[in-house]
Amino acid sequence: MEFQIDQVIGNLNELFGGKDHHRQRKGLDFITIPKEQAVAAITYLSNPEGFKHLVLLTAVDWLEQGQFQLTYLLNNPDNKQDLGIRVLIPRDQAVMDSIHDLWGQAATYQRELREMFGIHFPGSPRVDQPFILEGWDGPPPYRRDFDTKKYAEETYFPRPGRSSNDPTEYMKHQLYPDE
Amino acid sequence: MSKEDLEKRTVYSPEGEPIEIDPLNDYFLDLRPESYAPRNGVIEQFANWARAESLWVLGFGTGCGAIEMRPLMTPRFDAYRFGIQWRPTPRQSSVFVISGYLSVKTLKRVIRSYEQMQNPKFVVALGSCTINGGMYWDSYNTINRLDHYLPVDVYITGCMPRPEALLAGFEELKKRIKAGKGDGANKYADNFDWYKANQKKIIKDWDMPDYNW
Repeated sequence: MEFQIDQVIGNLNELFGGKDHHRQRKGLDFITIPKEQAVAAITYLSNPEGFKHLVLLTAVDWLEQGQFQLTYLLNNPDNKQDLGIRVLIPRDQAVMDSIHDLWGQAATYQRELREMFGIHFPGSPRVDQPFILEGWDGPPPYRRDFDTKKYAEETYFPRPGRSSNDPTEYMKHQLYPDE
Repeated sequence: MSKEDLEKRTVYSPEGEPIEIDPLNDYFLDLRPESYAPRNGVIEQFANWARAESLWVLGFGTGCGAIEMRPLMTPRFDAYRFGIQWRPTPRQSSVFVISGYLSVKTLKRVIRSYEQMQNPKFVVALGSCTINGGMYWDSYNTINRLDHYLPVDVYITGCMPRPEALLAGFEELKKRIKAGKGDGANKYADNFDWYKANQKKIIKDWDMPDYNW
């Protein structure tokens, strides 16, 4: 049977409660799946639908909505089709099911997300070991409510006398000094 | 060496005898560094001339500035004609070029490497990241001022400095060494507690001896 992305999207909508389908361009689609159905949907896509390559797994912090958005980007090499699975999980209880048994390399992504965003993936191998940061004891640094400037000023002995300009104002003054 | 290798443990000899080992105390000498007094007059001048004319750089690229050290070696800029050459290990080198930003993780390796270098040793800090943090001044994971962790002999400003600027910086370092001012290792030994306190403030999982011979 011919591979049809619309057929796949239809199946996702029907079987796994997918919504908000969005076609970025030909060969790149996004769809939002509820958290409970997400791993089942990804398993279904990897086999039988042929999305056998995990391109990336990343997170976006929607601070105002109190949600993290996980994006699983899958690739179907035979049909040259990318599909992004978006999963929204609550920010205050950031736990997601692991997919390391589908793709071993997902464990590394999940370890990074655990460290940088504080999203927990129970059962993922070595998920609690430090990934990039060594001995980090602050809040997860990629969360948007982490004030990196304040942390740096308190920790890293800033050199006094450093000044910075707002680029817009500065260039306006440089280019059009009379206005 | 991983963290488990540094823990106290019992190992067994081929005969089955238990041996208690404590790697941090058994494998490392816990002596502090000592400052050395310069010798008399002309002997020290001669030694300084010799040191200045054969600067051996540790090939350790910490940040993006390391990219500027490659053209420096190759025929266009050819630092070798000034007696500067690159060495693969800390124990063979006398100049540590900190090339650009330093993350906390890299700083730990830098400290280990610096302390393994033999006296006299000099630090050249390259790029604005080592001076005040540069474009990473508000980053959660890069240091702002290198001179709080290691004694710096020469700063080279820029982001990035051109190879010509590096050559000028090495010339400046030579002048300082010949004038007897290249005493970073002494400064490190004299203010050892202050440097260690600063290093330990930001390196949270300190799993190495206080001084790495």
